[in-house]
Amino acid sequence: MRLGSGTFAACCVVVEVLGVVLFLRGFFPAPVRSSSSSKHQAEPPAPEPSAGASSNWTKLPPPLFSKVVIVLIDALRDDFVFGSKGVKFMPYTTYLVEKGASHSFVAEAKPPTVTMPRIKALMTGSVPGFIDVVMNLNSPALLEDNVITQAKAAGKRIISYGDETWVKLFPKHFVEYDGTTSFFVSDYTEVDENVTRHLDKVLKRGDWDVLILHYLGLDHIGHVSGPSSPLIGRKLSEMDGVLMKIHTALLSEERETLLPSLLVLCGDHGMSETGGHGASSTEEVSTPLLLVSSAFERKPGDIRHPKHVQQTDLAATLAIGLGLPIPKNSVGHLLFPAIEGKPMREQLRFLHLNTVQLTKLLQENVPSYEKEPGFEQFKISERLHGNWIRLYLEENNSEVLFNLGTKVRRQYLDALKTLSLSLSRQVAQYDVYSMVVGTVVVLEVLTLLLLSIPQALSSKAELEVPLLSPVFSLLFYLTFLVLSAVHVIVCTSTESSCYLCSLSWLTAGGVMVLVSALLCAVVSALTKVLVRGKLLSKNAAHSNSRWSELDLLILLGTLGHVLSLGASSFIEEEHQTWYFLVSTLCLALCHDIYRNYLPGDDCEPQRCLHVEGGFDGATPALQDKNTSSAVLELNRGCKSPSSLGTLRGYEKWMVLASPWVILTCCRLLRSLNQTGVQWAHRPDLGHWLTSSDHKAALSVLAALSLAVIFALIQRRCSPASKVAMALGLLGVYCYRAAIGNVLFPWQQDNKDISKGILEARFVYVFVLGILFTGTKDLLKSQVVAAGFTVKTVGLWELYSGFVLLAALLLRPHNLPVLVLSLLIQTLMAKFVWKPLRHDVAKVTVMHYWFGQAFFYFQGNSNNIATVDISAGFVGLDTYVEIPAIFLTAFATYAGPVLWASHLVSFLSSEASSSSALSHAGFCYALIGSFPVSAYIILVTSLRYHLFIWSVFSPKLLYEGMHLLITAAVCVFFTAMDQTNTKS
Amino acid sequence: MKDTDIKRLLYTHSLCIFSIILSIFIPSFFLENFSILETHLTWLCICSVFVTAVNLVLYLVVKPNASSKRSSLSFKVTRFVKCCVYFLMSCFTFHVIFVLYGAPLIELVLETFLFAVTLSTFTTVPCLCLLGPNIKAWLRVFSRNGVTSVWENSLQITTISSFVGAWLGAFPIPLDWERPWQVWPISCTLGATFGYVAGLFISPLWIYWNRKQLTYKNN
Repeated sequence: MRLGSGTFAACCVVVEVLGVVLFLRGFFPAPVRSSSSSKHQAEPPAPEPSAGASSNWTKLPPPLFSKVVIVLIDALRDDFVFGSKGVKFMPYTTYLVEKGASHSFVAEAKPPTVTMPRIKALMTGSVPGFIDVVMNLNSPALLEDNVITQAKAAGKRIISYGDETWVKLFPKHFVEYDGTTSFFVSDYTEVDENVTRHLDKVLKRGDWDVLILHYLGLDHIGHVSGPSSPLIGRKLSEMDGVLMKIHTALLSEERETLLPSLLVLCGDHGMSETGGHGASSTEEVSTPLLLVSSAFERKPGDIRHPKHVQQTDLAATLAIGLGLPIPKNSVGHLLFPAIEGKPMREQLRFLHLNTVQLTKLLQENVPSYEKEPGFEQFKISERLHGNWIRLYLEENNSEVLFNLGTKVRRQYLDALKTLSLSLSRQVAQYDVYSMVVGTVVVLEVLTLLLLSIPQALSSKAELEVPLLSPVFSLLFYLTFLVLSAVHVIVCTSTESSCYLCSLSWLTAGGVMVLVSALLCAVVSALTKVLVRGKLLSKNAAHSNSRWSELDLLILLGTLGHVLSLGASSFIEEEHQTWYFLVSTLCLALCHDIYRNYLPGDDCEPQRCLHVEGGFDGATPALQDKNTSSAVLELNRGCKSPSSLGTLRGYEKWMVLASPWVILTCCRLLRSLNQTGVQWAHRPDLGHWLTSSDHKAALSVLAALSLAVIFALIQRRCSPASKVAMALGLLGVYCYRAAIGNVLFPWQQDNKDISKGILEARFVYVFVLGILFTGTKDLLKSQVVAAGFTVKTVGLWELYSGFVLLAALLLRPHNLPVLVLSLLIQTLMAKFVWKPLRHDVAKVTVMHYWFGQAFFYFQGNSNNIATVDISAGFVGLDTYVEIPAIFLTAFATYAGPVLWASHLVSFLSSEASSSSALSHAGFCYALIGSFPVSAYIILVTSLRYHLFIWSVFSPKLLYEGMHLLITAAVCVFFTAMDQTNTKS
Repeated sequence: MKDTDIKRLLYTHSLCIFSIILSIFIPSFFLENFSILETHLTWLCICSVFVTAVNLVLYLVVKPNASSKRSSLSFKVTRFVKCCVYFLMSCFTFHVIFVLYGAPLIELVLETFLFAVTLSTFTTVPCLCLLGPNIKAWLRVFSRNGVTSVWENSLQITTISSFVGAWLGAFPIPLDWERPWQVWPISCTLGATFGYVAGLFISPLWIYWNRKQLTYKNN
C-alpha cells in the first residue's frame, strides 16, 4: 500500500498519541478515592463492635474540644520551632513544647510542597495526586470530603483570616473571612497585620467554633531573603506573641465552659536553604505540628525529638476532636497522644472509627484488599474490641479490662499504621506494565519514522507501507502470541492494579495487535534500508554534498534540546534553551545571508562586524567543518553570489537587516513575560502593563497591536474577510474594554465590569465566518481548475481566522506577542526563506523552533500554574467543559499553532514543488515526536528522582499535550495536502 | 618554509597561553584579595591587557605578513587609529549581541561590556594584528576555504573556538548548582578563555597534523 509521506506521518503521530496516553495512564496513578466521594450525605457512623452483647453506643462520639484555633504559618520549618531558632525567638512556644500541656510532632508534607495542595492535605487527609492539580484546574473549590465542610454541616461557625486560598477552596463556608493575596511577595508585614488586627475582637467575642489563621509573612521573607535572614527571627518573635495572645485568651475562656479548647500550630510546607519550596528536600517537607490544650497532660522535662508523623494525620485528629465523621478520603491516622487522656472505651471507639474509615477506603481502592496485612489486623482488632466491650458491659475486674484494653489499643494502632501506609503507597505506585507498553509503541513509531526518512523525503514523497505483506505474517502472529502470553502472565500475577489489565480483553488485544504490527513494519523498513544501503555502497555513489552550518545547527540544536530535558533545571528554564537556540538560528541565518550577498559588494565596516557576529552562531558548525574536512582548497567561488543582482536596493537592505530586526523582536518579547523558576520574580513588562496604574498604557498598546495585526494580515485576504477581520479586531478591543482590562478614551473608569459575553460572541461569529470563507475557498479551488490563487487565499484566511481567535483569547498585554509573531513571519517569508531558497525541511524546523519559542514568549512555562484558564471562559456564561478545554488549549498553544498554520500557507503559496506540504508534514511529525519519545524514556529512568512530581511530571503533561497538538497539525497538513493533490 | 612557520606559530601560541596564565597569578602579588571569581572584573581587564600586549609585541617581532609597501608615519598612525576604532566597534557589536541574546539591558552593563572587550581581545585583536583593518581580507579568511597561510588558518581556528567557548559557557547559567561561577557573565568569560586557550593549543597541532593536505595559494 502506497501512502504519501504526510499521511504516513499523520498516522504515525496519531498512533504515538495512543502510546503516550497509555504511558501517562500508567505514570499518573489514579488518586485514592472513595467512590461515594462526590456526595456529602451523612452515612451513619460505624457502631461499636460487640461480640454477643449489644452495645448501645451507635452515635458519633461527642466533640473533645469546644473551640479549635488553627494557626497556620506559611513555610514554617520544623527547626524554626523545635530548633535553636525556636528557643531563641519563640520563648513562649518553646515553653509550651517543653513544659506545657501539649503534644509536638514533625509533620511530613508530601510534594508538591506548595500551599494549595498542602491545605487540601491538611483538611481532607488525602494525598492530592499530581493528576488532581490538573483535574481541579476548572474548579477552584474543594469538592472532596473534608473537615471544614463537615464542620459546616454540623453547624459549627468557622472564621478564617489570612491567605485567600482558604476562601477560594471553601467558598461560603466561613461566617467571616478576610483573605489576603499572596501576590506581593516583597510585603511581609502588611499581610500579617491584616490577620492579627482581627484577633483581639474575635478572641473577645467568642461566638465561633473554629478559627483559622493563615500567616503568609514568613513565606514571603523566605522567598525574598532566605531562611537565614535576620527578618526570620523578628517574624518568629511576632508569631510567638500571636500564639501567646491566643493561648491566654483560650485559657481564660475555658474557665467558663466545660470542654477544653485546642490550639493547633502548623506549617503547610517548609523552606529550602535558598528560601523556596515546591520540591521534596528534607527542609521543604518537614513542618512542625503542635497541639496545645489543657486536656493534655503536662509533661515534665523537655522532649527535644518530636515524633515524625504525616501531615495527613491532622484531618482525622481534627475530625475526632470536633466530633465529626472522618473525611472519607483521608489516609492519615489519628494522632493517638491527642486522645490519650480519655477513658479506654472512648479511646477504642475513636480508633475503631478511624480504622473502619481506612478499611473502607482500602476496600474501594485495592481489589485484593483481603490479602493486605492491615485488613487482617483490622479484623483481629475488631474481634478483640468486641470481646472487650462485652467484658466492659459485664463490668468485669478493672485490671483485666485495662490489660485487655491496652492490647486492643496496640492492635488498633498497628492496624492503623499499616493501613495508612499501604494507602499512601497506593498513590505513589507506578503502573510499570502500562508504562512499558506505551513506551514500546512510542519507540516503534519513532523508529519507523526515522527509518522512512530517505523514502519520505524523496522527491516523490511517497512510501510503501508494508501492511499486508504476507512474508511478515508469521512474525506478526508469533509476536502477537508471545505478547498475549506475557499479558496473561502479568495480569494474573501482579498484586497492584494495572490499567491495561483492567481494560476489556478486546481492547487489550487491540493494543497487542498494534504493538506487533508496528514491530513487523519496523522490521520490514529496516530490511529495506539495509538492502538499499548495500546497493548504495556497491555503487559507491555517495553524494559529496557537505552539510551546511545551518543543517548542523538544526541537528545539534534538536539533539541538545532533547538531552537537556534530563536535567530538572533545564526543564524549569526550558524557555532559555529555546530563546538561545532561536537567537543562534538568527545569527546563523545572518551569517548565511552575508556570505551569500556580501562578497560581490564593496562592504562597510558595520556589516562586516555583523558577519563576525554571525560566526558566533555558526561556530559549532564551522568547527565541525574544520575538523571533518581535511582539504582546504582555494576555490572559493563555489557558492555563487546568487540572486543578489536580481534584488532591488531596498529589498537588499531589508534582507541584510531582517535577522537583526528579528533578533531585536525576540529580545523585546523576552522581556515581556518572565517565566521559569529562577528568574520568574524579576520585574517584566507584562506585570508593569497589567498593574492597574498603567491601564492607559495597556489600552494604547492593545489598540496599536490590533491595528498592526490588521495591517499585517489584511494584505492577502479577500475583501469580505478583510472587513470581517477589521470588525473582529474591533470586537476584541470592545471585549477587553467590557471586562475592564482596557479603557475606551471616552469613558474613564466609570463603567461597570461585565463578563463581555456579547462582545466575545460577536468576535466568535467573525472567527467562524473567516474560517468558513477559507474552507469554502479551499473547496472551490478543487472544483475550479486554475484554483491556485483561490487556494492560497483560502489558506491565508484560515490562518487569519486563527490569528483573530488568538487575539481574542490572549491576555491584552500579550497582544504584542501576536504582532511580533506576524512581523517575524512576514520578514522571514519575504526576506529570508524566499531569497535564500531554503529547502522545505529547514523551513519546517525553523517554524517549529520559532513556534516553541513563542510558546514561552506568551508567558507559558513547564509549570501547570502558568496555564491561563481564563481563556476557557471567554464568551461563555458558565463553565462548559468541551469548549473551555478547547479554548484553553488553543490559547496556551497559540504560538506553535500559528507558526504551523503559517507554514502551511507559506509552503502552498510558494509551491516550489507539489510534495512540499507532505515533506513539511513529515518533518513536523518527526521533530515533534522526537522529544516526546526521548522524554518518556528519561522520565521512566528518573521516576524516583527528587523532583519527579514538581518538575518532571508537569513537563510530561505538557509534552503529551504538545504531541496532541502536533498530531492535530499533522492531520491538518495531510488534509491540505489532499486538497493539493486533488486540484 | 611551512615547517618553520608552524614552529613559529607554536612558539607564539605558547607565549599567548603563558600570558593568560600569568594574568591569573601575577596580580595576586600586587593586589590583595585577588581571585578570578571574586574580583572577576579586575581579572578581565588584566587578562585583556595582557593578551593584547602579547599579541602586539608578537606582531611587531614576528611580522607574519611582512608585505607593507608604504611605511610612512602618517600611514601607520591612520592604520593604528583605524584599528582602535575597529576594536571599539567590535566591542560594541558584541555587547549588542549579548543583550540580544538575553543579557540584562541595564543591570550589569559593566560586566557585559567587559565580557565584550575580552571576547574582542580574543578574536578581533589577532585579526587586526594579522590582517589589519581590511574588511575584505577578514571576509576572505572567514568564508569557506579562504585562508592563504598557516597564520590565517590558526587565526580562523582560535577565533572560532573562542566563540564556541563563549557560546557553550552560557549553558551552565540556568542550572541550580548555585556556584559562584554560574553568574552572568563569569561562565561565559571563562568559556571564552578556555575556548581561546584550546584554540591556541589545538591549531598548531592540527595544522602540523594536516600539513600534507593543506595547500595555500600564495605560498
